Amino acid sequence: MTITRRRLLVLLPAAAVAWKYVLAGTPEAAPNYTMAEHWWAMLIDLPECIGCGSCVRACQNENHVPDGYFRTWVERYHVDDYEMEYPQVDSPDGGKNGFPASNFTGGKNFFVPKLCNHCADSPCTQVCPVGATFVSPDGVVLVDQTYCLGCRYCVQACPYGCRFINPQTETANKCTLCYHRITKGLTTACCEACPTGTRRLANLKDSNDPIHEFLKTHSVQVLKPHLATGSKCFYAGLDGSVR
Amino acid sequence: MKDAGHLFRLAAVFLLGLVAFLVIRSLLVPRSFGRYGHYRANAIGEIAALPISYAGHQVCEGCHTDEADMKSKGVHKGVACESCHGPQAKHADDPGTAQPAKLDTTSLCPRCHQANIAKPKTFPQVDAPDHSGGAACNTCHQPHSPAIAAAGGVQ
Repeated sequence: MTITRRRLLVLLPAAAVAWKYVLAGTPEAAPNYTMAEHWWAMLIDLPECIGCGSCVRACQNENHVPDGYFRTWVERYHVDDYEMEYPQVDSPDGGKNGFPASNFTGGKNFFVPKLCNHCADSPCTQVCPVGATFVSPDGVVLVDQTYCLGCRYCVQACPYGCRFINPQTETANKCTLCYHRITKGLTTACCEACPTGTRRLANLKDSNDPIHEFLKTHSVQVLKPHLATGSKCFYAGLDGSVR
Repeated sequence: MKDAGHLFRLAAVFLLGLVAFLVIRSLLVPRSFGRYGHYRANAIGEIAALPISYAGHQVCEGCHTDEADMKSKGVHKGVACESCHGPQAKHADDPGTAQPAKLDTTSLCPRCHQANIAKPKTFPQVDAPDHSGGAACNTCHQPHSPAIAAAGGVQ
């Protein structure tokens, strides 16, 4: 068969489109997982938290987080009577080894675990100049480690202080909501290790997920709601003094 | 009309530039970039393919049925195995060679149960050295089902 010039002109774009798909590979490496069926969130039932630091240790083990850096950490709040604007917060080594006895005797004292809020309208992904960080189609804020320049825009943009530059790779690093676990049907390392059930992973697109009942029956708040980041870290029993 | 040649040559230069731009762009931009948004879609799969360290309590309970049974009857029923025993995915993959470390209850239990003003008031807390006089917690308490009565009559 001879290929006429006219025929070639028709075939070339079609071949180019096909080749693009061949090279692109499959983005969903995990079998039996469909991104469209998930919209991930985290529920944190604060009155259950005992500040044991199991979540922090589990996160560092699972994700090889360097010492002194945290993808999740626990803060201890002390609020004196009528001093809601001035809470005293400490978090020795991110709460990784628990908390020493408090210097305070009275007032209100409680723990607050923190992690990436996996915002639906995240400020951090909007400032990335190279498209290295993004909200995945299933609602997890991720960093493409091979694409990140380490420019630190996103570290400054996150209003929750959840990002850092990994000193080993010089790229932005943060909680992935254990994306490598949740796509395999497991829960996150922090939820797995939490002994009191304070932390619960939730799939908002699953109508059978217990989070829907919980959100209906409890007073729930997100951090810094005035920033309208679309945070998906839901805190039950959150005190107004928490920043 | 003899000046029209200038325009054609200029157009040819622009065309060459355009082709060069498209070729270089297709070489530099990753193939999956832009499939879901302004990022490399294959990064999602690469992150999902990372190895796990925590096997999950369902895997542990598959073999350690006695401990799972005992734990399911006690107040520690909600505590996952790896919460105390640490990440055990390697042990789950190869139980023969990768052995979990023995735990020291003297330091392990106070992580949760050492009294602290910020802990919920309903959570069982003790001042560990004062409570046990330095003895290891598992002298009296069975960690998988820690209530004293259930462990067999220590007062």
